[in-house]
Amino acid sequence: MYRYDEFDREFVDARVAQFSDQVRRRLSGELTEDQFKPLRLMNGLYLQLHAYMLRVAIPYGTLNSRQMRKLAEIARKYDRGYGHFTTRQNVQFNWPRLDETPAILNELAEVEMHAIQTSGNCIRNVTADHFAGAAADEIADPRVYAEILRQWSSLHPEFSFLPRKFKIAITGAPHDRAAVQVHDIGLQLVRNEAGETGFTVFVGGGLGRTPMIGRKVRDFLPEADLLAYSEAILRVYNLYGRRDNKYKARIKILVHETGIEELKADIEREFEAIRHGILTLPKEEVDRIEAYFAAPEFAAPGDEALFDAALETVPGFANFAARNLNAHRQAGYVSVTISLKPIGGAPGDATAEQMEVVADLAARYGHDEIRVSHEQNLVLPHVRKADVPAIYKVLAENGLAEANAGLVTDIIACPGMDYCALATARSIPVAQRISERFGASERQQQIGDLKIKISGCINACGHHHVGHIGILGVEKKGKEYYQITLGGSADESSSIGEIIGPGFSYEEVVDAVENLVDTYVNIRDGEGETFLETYRRVGETPFKEALYGTQ
Amino acid sequence: MKLVTANRLSDGEVVWLGAAGRWVETLFEARLLESREEEAAALAEADASVARQEVVEPYAIDVIREEGHLKPVRFREQIRAAGPTIRLDLGKQARRQESAA
Amino acid sequence: MADTIYRNGAFEADSWLKVADDEALPAEGQVLLSLERFLSIADENAEGLRVGVVLKAGERAQALEGRLEAVALIAIEFPKFSDGRGYSSARLLREKHGYQGELRAIGDVLLDQIPFMIRCGIDSFEVVNEPTRRALVEGHSVEVPVYLQPVGRADEVPLGTRPWARRHVAAQRVGQQAD
Ligand code: SF4
Repeated sequence: MYRYDEFDREFVDARVAQFSDQVRRRLSGELTEDQFKPLRLMNGLYLQLHAYMLRVAIPYGTLNSRQMRKLAEIARKYDRGYGHFTTRQNVQFNWPRLDETPAILNELAEVEMHAIQTSGNCIRNVTADHFAGAAADEIADPRVYAEILRQWSSLHPEFSFLPRKFKIAITGAPHDRAAVQVHDIGLQLVRNEAGETGFTVFVGGGLGRTPMIGRKVRDFLPEADLLAYSEAILRVYNLYGRRDNKYKARIKILVHETGIEELKADIEREFEAIRHGILTLPKEEVDRIEAYFAAPEFAAPGDEALFDAALETVPGFANFAARNLNAHRQAGYVSVTISLKPIGGAPGDATAEQMEVVADLAARYGHDEIRVSHEQNLVLPHVRKADVPAIYKVLAENGLAEANAGLVTDIIACPGMDYCALATARSIPVAQRISERFGASERQQQIGDLKIKISGCINACGHHHVGHIGILGVEKKGKEYYQITLGGSADESSSIGEIIGPGFSYEEVVDAVENLVDTYVNIRDGEGETFLETYRRVGETPFKEALYGTQ
Repeated sequence: MKLVTANRLSDGEVVWLGAAGRWVETLFEARLLESREEEAAALAEADASVARQEVVEPYAIDVIREEGHLKPVRFREQIRAAGPTIRLDLGKQARRQESAA
Repeated sequence: MADTIYRNGAFEADSWLKVADDEALPAEGQVLLSLERFLSIADENAEGLRVGVVLKAGERAQALEGRLEAVALIAIEFPKFSDGRGYSSARLLREKHGYQGELRAIGDVLLDQIPFMIRCGIDSFEVVNEPTRRALVEGHSVEVPVYLQPVGRADEVPLGTRPWARRHVAAQRVGQQAD
């Protein structure tokens, strides 16, 4: 993985000093809250319902055991013993004190971590496929480019006060696990006929109040032009994006209102003016950074008889192996998904002890690498298949062995009104109750792949628009109501879910979800047809009837 | 009936305006505002406190009396007064239990 | 407030006269005009005057193309410190249109924004915020002195092998001594 050189270290140290000074000036009154707020947000610090919240960047979701241990230490020392992994592959602490954030940032800097641009109207943490560098279907490692973009976007003098936040995602495989089409810029690594690396570029995707799928602006952008083209897009957005209404300020609205052709022409004009200039990526530099992400020295495959035996003898292991392992490009290796969705748990939460357990496993069996997925799970990307039974045993002892990756209880949920100042309803307890309802392992297996995603307000941090079943919490007459959408998807065949009908109360919503799932199980065309496929085949009518009757 | 609430600048703790312009950490200690005038005066005190870097973003909330206790009308404010509904071991509700024990 | 303009490391008085659109031009001196007014007068009519132009947020730098020779000051307005359009306008003026004159930030100019403005090519600042003025007078620096993106400034040099990494020339010398 990427390692800081002396300049990176100097950069982050200086940033910590800068932010510490900003905190000092806020506490002394030199900065008003209005002036401080954009500055603290640019460093991931929110003021939520009960306390401040600090969002720490995990660039493209990659970290090592030392970093994970540091997160555990911070959770214990400055927080309440746990952290929350987010849909943007970051981690959040829910209870830090403002006057202790400089100390936290100093500790993070010790392990090459920071909170730069995890919030605010700037270019946010660049996300990538959580199986990057391991997946069997990968064209190139997206983290190389995510790292270059991360660096280039850090404290960008021109793009630190954009109309609104700006999110970039990259996928290196044809099967899009990074949801690139619902990002402000989505990059899909491709090779052209000459075998050169480049990107298909999408612009203007996003969720929130007005969900939109990104529009393609380039079939093939040469690798060398990545930064110049990104700068062109950002410049057009910074100049012309709306600033009169924060709900219309994302680039997707600019795309929509200007028209994709005209906007594309604007971008190309800016691009022409700067291409072949100082932003051109030299091949040697890309190669140098790529070397950081070189695959670890894989060991010889172990004794897979151990694995096969465990399938027969260890209770629960067969399910775990069926759901939580992903094919690896290296023979004898797999990627292991560590579910942060125990039945009835808060999605994405991990205790300090659990973080340490995962760190130990990564150090011992996983070439010291851990990933955070945008599904709010953790991943050990490089693990020998023969070691999986041993890993499973440790996970099971620590409440981390739920065999539900991709299943109905692998629910994405934002913090919602239990923590978030913007929320209109709770999300976590809805997720917990759904999880309990479907908790029986056989039932989950029988239902198969199903993504439920829950947001506590229209900001859609829980990505409900792209859930096969999406749930949006709203407030109606002082009560929590939940609107259900169906048919959303965030992979290479992205679609925005459609509202099925009137919402449900907090009490009713779990029954409604169960009703939908039962309906699907009854009408699916065999066990091989997933919820999404059934929905796409039959449309909303049977589901609507199930929920609201046939009037 | 109203109260004025805010978050403390230094640590983000939820506070309410109590007697004599003091910020208090539990809702039952808060100063009940029975009229528009009292509310305006309390908000002015709160603004002065903002200027002294004590709290941020003060605002008034509606409360009702239920079984002799004050209770915020909005659910959001109930959660602020207690803590996360999913973690009864955290937030003010946890302290209450501790002190009861 | 007397000296509101921060330039070359010190505060000075504003020597530019703001002339409203419906006011007559004086015969001589330094006048600051709106973009619209400036575009409506021919260069001859401004003879004897040094002309500056205010570029409001949302007005395009491109409108000045071809007339930049006649302009001695461009004042870019930041209506709110969180409105970042001016940063792009500044870079376009410097890097695309080759503007060499004084580039000033006016409006809501605060300490933490100034390092970004400098990197975008702005070289003078109208500052009324008291804490910002005090910090500037005291030379209180809030900058992260290592940069991770190239901008078109002559006094920044590449750093290491990454072409997008930069450092200020002055700082570079200090850095080398420290090595
Ligand atoms: S979706 Fe709304 S409630 Fe949920 S985390 Fe985002 S802003 Fe908060």
